[in-house]
Amino acid sequence: MGDTPEPDEDDPDAETDGGVRAYTVRLELVDEPGELLRALAPIADSGGNLLSIHHERGNITPRGHIPVEVDLECPPDRFDDIVQALRDAGVNVIQAGQEHYGEEVNVVLVGHLVETDLSNTLSRIENEADAVVQDLSLAAPEGTEGVASARARLAIDSGRSEEALAAIRSIGSDKDLTVVEPLLGGEA
Amino acid sequence: MDLAILGAGDVGRSVADLAGEYGHEVVALADSSSAVVDSDGIAVADALERKAGDEPLGAAAPADVFETDYDVLVEATPTTLGDAEPGFSHVQRALEADRHVVLANKGPVAERYEELRALEDESAGSIRFEATVGGAIPVLSTIEDSTPQAVTAVRGVLNGTANFILTRMAAEGLDYEHVLAEAQDLGVAEADPTFDVDGTDAALKFVILANVLADGGFSLADATVEGIQSVPGSALDLAAEDGRTIRLIGEATRDGVRVGPRLVPENGALAVTGTRNIVQIETRNAGSLHSSGRGAGGPETATAVLSDVGRLPPL
Repeated sequence: MGDTPEPDEDDPDAETDGGVRAYTVRLELVDEPGELLRALAPIADSGGNLLSIHHERGNITPRGHIPVEVDLECPPDRFDDIVQALRDAGVNVIQAGQEHYGEEVNVVLVGHLVETDLSNTLSRIENEADAVVQDLSLAAPEGTEGVASARARLAIDSGRSEEALAAIRSIGSDKDLTVVEPLLGGEA
Repeated sequence: MDLAILGAGDVGRSVADLAGEYGHEVVALADSSSAVVDSDGIAVADALERKAGDEPLGAAAPADVFETDYDVLVEATPTTLGDAEPGFSHVQRALEADRHVVLANKGPVAERYEELRALEDESAGSIRFEATVGGAIPVLSTIEDSTPQAVTAVRGVLNGTANFILTRMAAEGLDYEHVLAEAQDLGVAEADPTFDVDGTDAALKFVILANVLADGGFSLADATVEGIQSVPGSALDLAAEDGRTIRLIGEATRDGVRVGPRLVPENGALAVTGTRNIVQIETRNAGSLHSSGRGAGGPETATAVLSDVGRLPPL
């Protein structure tokens, strides 16, 4: 099957077992049936593992095409092959190579978020939990001085969620915030 | 089997009431101040009527229960923490007399598990405690059937009061205090709901589960416990923006016990509503098993006690 590529003979250091990283590619697709499938096939065929596909149907690029963001995992030495395979298949790759994160988790923070400097909390999460805050909603029904809630969507490297959440827990206890974590185990 | 029932609260009374239906005889029933004892079988309906009318259950003293000829002691006195007394001594006394014990009282199993097992080893009797975890839901027997070694974790919602409050908060956009008052009016929450909302009650159940998985080693002091009192309505609203909700989730593994409010998918299995409970038993070889049902209530919990009685070997 395509998901167990043979070691690259030109590169003795090539790692195909375990050394997987996450990447994002941004594609531009013509709005025609079958285009998405056609764009994804080269990724799988080249040994990439699809993580998520963000198909922005409502959003048209300046050229009248539909932007699609694909998160995938593959061994580092395979990534260039995947991009090349996409180009060979005639898919317009707008952006590639930018390292991305494999997992998305939501956390809800509760407490005196504004008074305890929300932006400091978020930058500590980025630094200490090694996560990227992708999205934030804040609800402060009691005003900025009362108890507020914030939901943050975080991007975390594959397999590192437990560590990241432990770091966020400790930031929460430092700043006297309740951290409502996602339940990761099992089939929640 | 001949049952001696200690504790005449919702569970003890329901066990007495339903025992006949399951083919068992009640030879003693006691509350904290009196007892009715008859080795030929007590008149259960009369005793329950006296209890309902605030009269003494009978002319005997509670300790007289141990003098009668019973097969199974049903320990349904209120759960206490720390030394788990007087429940623990009741169990000890029955085991030392080579009788079986079925517990609905969580205290001894959560707080003094190893001591219970040591007493059981010396006794001809056995202990069972299905009713202590998840009321009517067969949680411990499912683990027993899967063999504890093949179970890697148990997760779930095992406190109906906290679940009711979170469900109402999410559905109605109301705050904790408001919903708590409503739950108290409906009789879902007790006048003092502390143990339910601060996570202690759920933690005791997950401590029992961890003890079963690891064959002892845990008490409440080993659990990481957070309650739901600090979860405002706004947190539930934000969770819903992303298709999630918040539930008081417990997790028991061989490494530890953790209870706290967690984000779960709104339409996921663990997002049960109202007072319903659910457990997810994660197994090594058979994936996850889910059981959901009524985790509390007199007749519901009594069915777990009576199922345990049915699983006991003859003495």
